[in-house]
Amino acid sequence: MSEEAPFTIEQFYKYVEQGKLMGGRCKKCGTIYLPPRPLCTKCFSKDFEWVEISPKGKLLTYTIIHVAPVQFQSMAPYAVGIVQLENGLKIPGMIRDVEHEKIEIGMELQVGFEKPSATASQWPQWPRYYFKPV
Amino acid sequence: MKGKPLVSIISAGLSKFGKLEGLYGREIFAEAAKEAFDRCPNLDPKKDIQALFVGHMGESYEHQGHTGATLADWAGLLHIPATRTETACASSGAALRAGIFAVLSGLYDVVMVGGVEKMTNRTTPEVTEFLAMASDFPFEQWHGITFPGLYALMATAHMHEYGTTEEQLAMVAVKNHHNGYLNPKAHMQKEITLEKALSSRMIAWPLKLYDCSLITDGASCLIITKPELAKKYTDTPVHIIGSGQASDSIGIYERESFTSLIAAKIAAKQAYEMAGVTPKDIDVAEVHDCFTIAEIIAYEDLGFCKTGEGGRLIESGETTLEGNLPVNTSGGLKAKGHPVGATGTAQAYEIYLQLTGQADKRQVKDARIGLTHNVGGSGATAAVHIFRRE
Repeated sequence: MSEEAPFTIEQFYKYVEQGKLMGGRCKKCGTIYLPPRPLCTKCFSKDFEWVEISPKGKLLTYTIIHVAPVQFQSMAPYAVGIVQLENGLKIPGMIRDVEHEKIEIGMELQVGFEKPSATASQWPQWPRYYFKPV
Repeated sequence: MKGKPLVSIISAGLSKFGKLEGLYGREIFAEAAKEAFDRCPNLDPKKDIQALFVGHMGESYEHQGHTGATLADWAGLLHIPATRTETACASSGAALRAGIFAVLSGLYDVVMVGGVEKMTNRTTPEVTEFLAMASDFPFEQWHGITFPGLYALMATAHMHEYGTTEEQLAMVAVKNHHNGYLNPKAHMQKEITLEKALSSRMIAWPLKLYDCSLITDGASCLIITKPELAKKYTDTPVHIIGSGQASDSIGIYERESFTSLIAAKIAAKQAYEMAGVTPKDIDVAEVHDCFTIAEIIAYEDLGFCKTGEGGRLIESGETTLEGNLPVNTSGGLKAKGHPVGATGTAQAYEIYLQLTGQADKRQVKDARIGLTHNVGGSGATAAVHIFRRE
């Protein structure tokens, strides 16, 4: 598996930078991890392959953050939610490009990809994915 | 084993909770320790207390880690083995368990457990950031999800799935503020109305200011011993008869349910089975109401009502001081305050007072069996303990 990129969170965000949502599939038991993990926590195998995950899904729950941590204060109020993707996996993220009043549980959303910030000088230098209406 | 005391509490102490301006964590802990020592004249702290376990969540607040040794020294217990436990907001629930194990191992006869947090020296955005460290960094914090945000995600899901209302959430705040009003050590000693709670400013929709627990300074401690030695120290020991702890995914997005904390359910099952009691036997409970929705979910996870009926239980009045199962008689995290590392043993302190008839204006009549439910973070840790009076 030397040609495979490591199954790490760091690598997950490198794919996000390329506009791809990638998960790690255990070659032994087939479980897909999003984010990827280096150890299958179902069967303890370390043999994985990368799979591209469909970026479409449904909103399971959400909130509107009014009081934000220091680095997000300029964006508040902003919406965040948990989306269940078509393959059943769930990921959290910001919900953008939709009025807060129109957000509802069950609505269809898709993953969008932010351009990486060139100004970040500290760890971590991860780009962000987010959710937007289909 | 069922119902047999694991250890016995012979004394307990609690500092004043609040914005304790100019006081450092170690000084606040000394206040709690002093109360516990004074309460138990038969105890010689320097001679009798053999080990200390303390919960403390974060070194960011005071630039101070290595809390175990620091607190042992400032409590007058220099040189005993002293260890800090960290499971976020359940840190002292875990300290209590560590103390129970230490006594059960046979190595020690008398152990002190407790917790501390100094928080109000920091700004709200700083505290928001420090608390969020107890949640998943690469996917939750990185995407701007705050601590209230995580519980708001649970609240939205609970409202959608079971029809729980913002009014029901606010009723938890009104009840706990009423209890806090009766507790001289509570951070907030004022009653609030439903209207006031509902019209308070938004923190993370649907959670408003009065749905959130307080940023508080405080410390708590208990002194525990082998049950057979308890009478040497006090005529009114409180026995711990059940203890459970469990963990879950750090990220709530990886969990099966957003309307229940599986770790709390598992910990409760362990504690109930060990104690040989059922939810119906509980006379008084302190539950982890870091947010109002958390108390409603706790009712369900602890079996005080059926799944989805937590909102209706608060509405029924059964969990008020006058009800059949008073919950958070201290004022809870909501009104007594939530110095995170101190909370687990502060809950046990309230149950100790209740079961020894020392809870004054908020005394639950004939309370015999009590329960504490202490949650770390958004539910990746939970510790449940069951107590019985002599």
